[in-house]
Amino acid sequence: MVPQDLLYTESHEWVKVEDGTVRVGVTDYAQKKLGDVVYVELPEVGKKVKMGDVIVTVESVKAAESVYAPISGEVTEVNQELVSAPGTINQDPYGKGWLVVLKVEDRGELDKLLDSTAYRKLIGE
Amino acid sequence: MEYIPHTPADIEEMLRAIGVEDVEGLFSDIPEEVRRRYEPLGLGPSSELEVREKIERLAAKNRRLTPFIGLGLYDHYIPAVVNEVTARSEFYTAYTPYQAEISQGTLTWMFEYQTMICELTGMEVANASMYDGGTALAEAVLMARRIVGGSKVLVPKSLNPLHRRILDTYAHGAGIEIVNLPFDREGKLVFEDVPKETIALVIQQPNGFGIIEDLAGLKERLGRAFLIVSVYPIPLGILEPPGSFGADIVVGEGQPLGNPLSFGGPLLGIFATRKEYVRMMPGRVSGRTVDAEGREGYVMTLQTREQHIRRERATSNICTNSALYALRATVYLAAVGPEGLRQVALLCLEKAHRLAEEITKIPGYEPAFEGPFFNEFAVRCPEPRDAFERLYKRGIAVTPPEYVEEMGLPGAFLVAVTEKRTEEEFEKFLDALKG
Amino acid sequence: MRIVTIYRKGKKGRRATSWPNTEQPVESLLPHIPKELRRKELPWLPRVSQGELVRHYTELSRMNYGVDTGLYPLGSCTMKYNPKLHEELARLPGFTELHPLFPEDSVQGVLELLWWLGELLKGIAGMPGVTLQPAAGAHGELTGMLLIKRYFEDKGELEQRKKILLPDSAHGTNPASAAMVGFEVVSVPSNERGTVDLRALEERLGEDVAGIMVTVPNTLGIFERDILHVTEMVHEIGGLCYFDGANLNAFLGRARPGDMGADIFHFNLHKTFSTPHGGGGPGAGPLSVSNRLLPYLPVPQVVRDGSRFTLSYDLPKSIGRIHPFYGNVLVMVKALAYILTLGDVGLREVSAGAVLAANYLRVKLREVYEVPYDGLCKHEFVASTRGLGVRARDVAKRLIDYGFHPPTVYFPLIVEEALMIEPTETETKEMLDAFVEAMWGIAREAKEAAEVLAEAPHTAPVCRLDEVRAAREPVLREERGECDPSYL
Repeated sequence: MVPQDLLYTESHEWVKVEDGTVRVGVTDYAQKKLGDVVYVELPEVGKKVKMGDVIVTVESVKAAESVYAPISGEVTEVNQELVSAPGTINQDPYGKGWLVVLKVEDRGELDKLLDSTAYRKLIGE
Repeated sequence: MEYIPHTPADIEEMLRAIGVEDVEGLFSDIPEEVRRRYEPLGLGPSSELEVREKIERLAAKNRRLTPFIGLGLYDHYIPAVVNEVTARSEFYTAYTPYQAEISQGTLTWMFEYQTMICELTGMEVANASMYDGGTALAEAVLMARRIVGGSKVLVPKSLNPLHRRILDTYAHGAGIEIVNLPFDREGKLVFEDVPKETIALVIQQPNGFGIIEDLAGLKERLGRAFLIVSVYPIPLGILEPPGSFGADIVVGEGQPLGNPLSFGGPLLGIFATRKEYVRMMPGRVSGRTVDAEGREGYVMTLQTREQHIRRERATSNICTNSALYALRATVYLAAVGPEGLRQVALLCLEKAHRLAEEITKIPGYEPAFEGPFFNEFAVRCPEPRDAFERLYKRGIAVTPPEYVEEMGLPGAFLVAVTEKRTEEEFEKFLDALKG
Repeated sequence: MRIVTIYRKGKKGRRATSWPNTEQPVESLLPHIPKELRRKELPWLPRVSQGELVRHYTELSRMNYGVDTGLYPLGSCTMKYNPKLHEELARLPGFTELHPLFPEDSVQGVLELLWWLGELLKGIAGMPGVTLQPAAGAHGELTGMLLIKRYFEDKGELEQRKKILLPDSAHGTNPASAAMVGFEVVSVPSNERGTVDLRALEERLGEDVAGIMVTVPNTLGIFERDILHVTEMVHEIGGLCYFDGANLNAFLGRARPGDMGADIFHFNLHKTFSTPHGGGGPGAGPLSVSNRLLPYLPVPQVVRDGSRFTLSYDLPKSIGRIHPFYGNVLVMVKALAYILTLGDVGLREVSAGAVLAANYLRVKLREVYEVPYDGLCKHEFVASTRGLGVRARDVAKRLIDYGFHPPTVYFPLIVEEALMIEPTETETKEMLDAFVEAMWGIAREAKEAAEVLAEAPHTAPVCRLDEVRAAREPVLREERGECDPSYL
């Protein structure tokens, strides 16, 4: 399952371009690989990140995976719902399972992301 | 060799299956140069009887002194059930309970132990053991830094000097600065202001001189910095637990809970904290869950904190810990129960105060501090080394003056009294000092 | 079977031990403690009779699996038979009743024991220095990292030497230990033989490297054939070589890390010297070190002066103390007894037996299971369930039904669906054959009745436990309210 209207990274984050911001989550492929998510460590709102920084840690029973900032920017929103219901990431990775919203610093960085065709190829679908 | 069951025929058959000529052939992958350099120890094998004789001879060379000595390790009575129950080899020949379904024994007692430690310390969560009280304290400071940030830790001079040295080693390795705090006439911590970059205040209850510290109001003055309390678990039968005073982490030496002195090891590190910090805590934890049929059972949980999953980002490198000694502490606490623990503490309190009173009746000997104490106290005298030697001649050991001096108190020795000390031993003690 | 903690047994009014009375009434004793510091409410501890207590822990012990229960081929853990003599010797009052601060005169026997063990370990490692203080393998690693740090501090190179190299097959404790003292961890990939890729190593070596941590043989059970090159290359750039000794059982009595270029080597007494594992500890992780690290060893050192043994603090450049006293002494009693029992001949027999058993299992199991880095192994090897279309975890759980403890699973990380198998030298050939039969049987079941595996174990006190629930909503202690309310 790879929605067409999103952008992707090689480290399995998806990016939805909104008005001056982007919404970030992990792909369906990533959540399946990880298994049942039991805990999510979210950043604080206001934190400034660079492209490639670790912004979130998503944990299953036997793994702790880093989620990397797909672009540089400031964290403007985090999905607090995940604190009490981390399994949402498994159930609805592209919807209610979003992780953070970042304020875009450099729109040029978006060009470096993969489109759905390229991502599909990456994961061999 | 009695531990290795392979007969020549077994060896032959196995070698044939493997397709290797002889046993030496199994080691052909080790560089020849390395194998050639090997030098044997020059040690022949010994039978069980011979080994027993050799080790028993060494044990017999040690003098069993009467311990009026403490500094973190205390000679408490160990009920017979503790030794008997924990000698079951299903407990001690197992390893870390990686396979929960056949480790329910270990996982269940770990859960019991965690509950008991929480109850003693007044904290919300506890891990299933660290190596000892000293490394537990050092790990507490490292954990506090992960949460609070900063670069300085406030440490009283009156901290157990042995724990202090470990903290020095770990802090140096981790780039943390130690700020010394003095003590007053009562022997209690003096604590004025909190410097910038403070990670935590460490306080020991009772402190290294045996003085009961006043924990009230400390946390409020610390702000974001952590209050780390290092405890002696026995007096927690009668002392208000550190959790009631806002402690963020409680650590301690668990040896007094049913474990022998053993020349200082193995020991048991107690580690407890508040629920909100559980994911930053080092060490193993057992958690309750259900199986596929809905029955309650236990698993190691929150393992993503640990080294085997998070590797260099783990909360600690600890793996093998002090499980069997935590089991002994669990059985001890179940055996004494709440009233028993209180009774043990009261006996220590009574006997220590009685002896202290008698000692200070002797001219030249006086209490070093006016503050309240539990079962350990500093005695000031003109020639503490001389007093130490006179006691030793009578087969009595007290804490040597150099350790007391290391805490900033010259001219004194320390005395610890447990429920095991008798009237006769008191008389011998007093005679030696008078003598 | 229903598992119940001791908190759900007993009732108010019961007790398992009795204690003497105090002479004074409680009211006259409590004033020794300031009122606001007196405990307001008793701690909540069990109230059971002695018989109830003994039955409870006996019942718990029966829900455990130990080496005394059966084959325990847990890779990297060396779960060998634990001699009973060790237990008796470690219970001698001449050891257990010693306070570590007793005057040296009165503890000559135990000091001699520590000195003797230290000498033997130095001989086994072929290295000139030793410390017995570390309480476990990971504690030894931490001590080793502190030694490396102090060495470069003393040479004035600490600012530049920031990196520790680690093969990708390393135990998790290695990177965690390096990180605890502030080193940056750099991974070195394995080559197709499963050993350190020398070209990759070369690329990573430079004057910013403090050293390398290697496990010999590595976690695939393969001996690093190029070990002499590896250590030479690291020494050439001024770095130090740390050897993780978890796998010493593979070459005990036949090769010495000192002859391979090790600067630091840690022993796991609970593994190689069978002291035993204690359900997760206590162990002991003594270190032996090369000449260049002697000045930095932890204090105190046990020193022999004629027939007298003393604790020496005379090492001005020491890293300090890493244990409150001298390490896990009772564990050392057992290790010494073990080495004395074995002697030189026995040490060689141990490694021969361990390597023989592991290779025997390897060739038998590879008929059915994939062995990704096949070839002569040492004390352990790694198989994979990949080709069978089942998870390693399912095979492991099914082994329980056959009466065996499962191997280590999902480690090392470089093998998918890994089963890391270490039989040790103390298992009979009959037992090894029975294990092979079980593994073959499970492979057949994987094809014919995969659901039997997926739902295994069927015979344990509990079936598969919900680890997701345990991690999502952690319940880490009994709560008073949930137990019998009449209890307190």
